[in-house]
Amino acid sequence: MKFNKTLLALTITAFMLAGCSSDDNESLATDTSGTDASTTSTTPLSDGGMSSTPIGSGLGTGLGSGYGSGTTPSNASNLGPEFSDPSNPLSKQIIYFELDSSQIRQDFVPVVAAHAQYLTSHPNAHVILAGHTDERGSSEYNISLGEQRGKSVERLLKSQGVSASQLEVVSYGEEKPAVAGHNESAWQMNRRVEVGYQ
Amino acid sequence: MILITRILFVGLLTALCSIAQAAGLTIEITKGSQTAVPIAVVPFAQQGAVGNVKLSDVISSDLAGSGFFKSLSEDDMLTKPSEPERVNFKDWQVLGQDYLTIGQVVGNGGSYNIQFYLYNVANGQLLMGYKLTAGANELRRAAHHISDLIYEKLTGRKGAFNTRIAYVTSAAKGNGKQYLLQIADADGFNPRTVAESPEPIMAPAWSPDGSKIAYVSFHTKRSEVYVQTLSTGHREAVSSFHGINGAPAFSPDGGSLALTLSKDGSPDIYVLNLSSRNLTRLTTGLSIDTEPNWSPDGSSIVFTSDQGGKPQLYLIPSSGGKATRLTFQGDYNARGRFSADGRSLAMVTGSGGGYRIAVMDMATHTVNVLTDGRLDDSPSFAPNGSMVLYSANKGGRSVLSVTSTDGAMQQKLAFDSGEVREPVWGP
Repeated sequence: MKFNKTLLALTITAFMLAGCSSDDNESLATDTSGTDASTTSTTPLSDGGMSSTPIGSGLGTGLGSGYGSGTTPSNASNLGPEFSDPSNPLSKQIIYFELDSSQIRQDFVPVVAAHAQYLTSHPNAHVILAGHTDERGSSEYNISLGEQRGKSVERLLKSQGVSASQLEVVSYGEEKPAVAGHNESAWQMNRRVEVGYQ
Repeated sequence: MILITRILFVGLLTALCSIAQAAGLTIEITKGSQTAVPIAVVPFAQQGAVGNVKLSDVISSDLAGSGFFKSLSEDDMLTKPSEPERVNFKDWQVLGQDYLTIGQVVGNGGSYNIQFYLYNVANGQLLMGYKLTAGANELRRAAHHISDLIYEKLTGRKGAFNTRIAYVTSAAKGNGKQYLLQIADADGFNPRTVAESPEPIMAPAWSPDGSKIAYVSFHTKRSEVYVQTLSTGHREAVSSFHGINGAPAFSPDGGSLALTLSKDGSPDIYVLNLSSRNLTRLTTGLSIDTEPNWSPDGSSIVFTSDQGGKPQLYLIPSSGGKATRLTFQGDYNARGRFSADGRSLAMVTGSGGGYRIAVMDMATHTVNVLTDGRLDDSPSFAPNGSMVLYSANKGGRSVLSVTSTDGAMQQKLAFDSGEVREPVWGP
């Protein structure tokens, strides 16, 4: 009876059952016990005494105001003006990738080099390299692909003298797209590594 | 726990308190089976207060959603009998129905007495008749139970209507996002939030007995694997290594978790013994090795690896050893999930720009693509192997979908708002 066209629009109100334990709905964010933290690979920033030093030559004016210890990645307003000068490669804090690739594109090699130079001249600076992918394919595979992208950037930074202790890779896979949308123009903006100064 | 006898009690098995939280859900059959068996489920006669659950709608929806049946619309029924003596089988024969279900439900101050009968329309034979008692808030469960009984009687296979699913929702909240790990009935009703975070939650995995869920949480801004006991809400971080902590999968005995860790370099498959906390590394090398899933006998683990250049599925003994490649068709085969009998393996297969759900026959290695979406992901089998739950993108949103394992029937479960991803069918 034309069942395939039948719309079972059972828009009904579903009652949510909550477990009797009040723990059930507790926010994870409030559940970070001390033991968890000790095994998590967090690298705390040094305290507020972190002093900035002028950056090396060739990379614009070496003001380098101190940057805060906030955890918001890539907050350029806390960084020196060179980070917001569009003609300075440091202003580029997102490195984009080709589909299913973790190879650094040629056009981003100077960008990574600029960050390497900044980091070597600011040994107290610390960045999180957050790897991301587009939404295509399976989400756990994409976590691995995002990590490979982060590690590609990490490897290139290390090869230019950046200390391993200044770098940390985190992959979010496809979980945090920069751009919503389900087409190539969105996908190419989402295949990325964000260089987040801490 | 529920005795299948002539008189059947659906007991209140777990102490749950209800909370008035509403969520709009739409179930839509997007592709119907041509060979489905016609069945009419007549609205049950009601006495007393029976709430807002219409048993016949739940049963009809369950049966149609299985792909094996097509349910007659109530509007097309000539009569609506609720007692055996009122049934005129000719009324159903002219409508081309093979089977007929009628029944009654009596509200009894918080509990419900339900009777139903299943008939063969051609010869008027009574195939089944049951009485059952359901407690408060258990009417939907009782309806799913009736669906299970009908399905098993007519197909010879156990039903999976009284099972649960887990999934992750995400929606904007303030300037950020809210991720919820939820469990719900297999038809998407009765959602219950078991974890909540402003950072991503991923990869829920059921313990074999359904009492626990393992999942990945980024709430510390790094990935960690948690195991949470559903009855108490107690959770424990079991893996918080440097790098990726991902893709947990319980062993069939529930004692171990297979995981993806990148603490030693590239992502590799490890087995974590949950009582001793001993960690065994199964794969090595520079490739991505991820998404482990145990064969039901526990002897081997399927995983995704790009060791051949592109992601493909491999099988490795769970005690360690040499991996053998399983998939050879196409550029992209990932996230293998075994059926409970171990005979089939669901996967995400990529070809021609689309990512679809496919099932491999483990005996012949034949691959059958079941869906036609562009962004289908996260397949898992119903416990009876008859259906595969997965996530699909429909109209720019991620929704849950179900397909029969022959691909003949598809339906989607759409929630009012937000994205719904990473579904996994419980035991």
